[in-house]
Amino acid sequence: MADIQSKELKVRGKQEVTSPAEQTKPGLVFTPAVDIFETEKEITLLADMPGVKANDLTIDLRDNTLTLSADVAPVDTTDEQVLLAEYETGKYYRQFTLGELINQEKIDATLNDGVLRLTLPKIEKATPKKIAVKSG
Amino acid sequence: MIYRRFFNVPTWRFRSPWEELHQMRQQLEQMFDSSPDQRVSAGVYPLINLTEDKDNFYIRAELPGVKADELDIQVTGNSLSISGERKIAAEEEGARYHRREREAGTFSRMVGLSGEVDTDKVEAKLKDGILRIVVSKAEIAKPKQINVR
Repeated sequence: MADIQSKELKVRGKQEVTSPAEQTKPGLVFTPAVDIFETEKEITLLADMPGVKANDLTIDLRDNTLTLSADVAPVDTTDEQVLLAEYETGKYYRQFTLGELINQEKIDATLNDGVLRLTLPKIEKATPKKIAVKSG
Repeated sequence: MIYRRFFNVPTWRFRSPWEELHQMRQQLEQMFDSSPDQRVSAGVYPLINLTEDKDNFYIRAELPGVKADELDIQVTGNSLSISGERKIAAEEEGARYHRREREAGTFSRMVGLSGEVDTDKVEAKLKDGILRIVVSKAEIAKPKQINVR
């Protein structure tokens, strides 16, 4: 952990989505950066989505496809004069295909400080069972 | 040679012969990151948007996962510094990663402002991973309306 924390953060521009499907509304769409990790019981997904409120976030899981999409309310700067614009805001969109069966009823999502934490518990059958091999 | 090239182009469209060139240009631009919005970036984390009106400077930055007490904001004369640390908590043992795109680390950035500011009137708010700082301009730096009689 220590070496991760002392590292200096580098700028990484927001990645624009290269057209998930044709957009009907104008506006930019970005890919959120994610961490995905798996334990024996569940898959956890963390996504950076600054500016997203819980009401504007849609998480959809069907046919093993997990879709995250979120709207961000544009910042009102009409009365202000722009001196420097280094980032743009827009929607977030990202899709994943899950290899495991997920217990849909126990999915848990929390949004804190612009970071989404999504817990996807695996269905019992998919959790690996140790099989004892008897000799004889 | 010329003929061969001509006929080898698989997606030749008579409708708009420039479309392909246009696409190529876009791809090249993406490759060199030279889209107009990124050209001005200082290349220091965090990226900021700076605006002003008559009375204030407004600084906005995206800092997902950063807690308010991990941020250090200082104002002096006509510059502002934002520094802090983004921590990503260690997950339980035995977690196997499929993707790891989020990064933790320290950051510090200096923002030069185009005029003197009132260091007592600075307001910073961190909400949903977005930092918003409002810095009041000093009385001398504010534009004055002059009435012509």
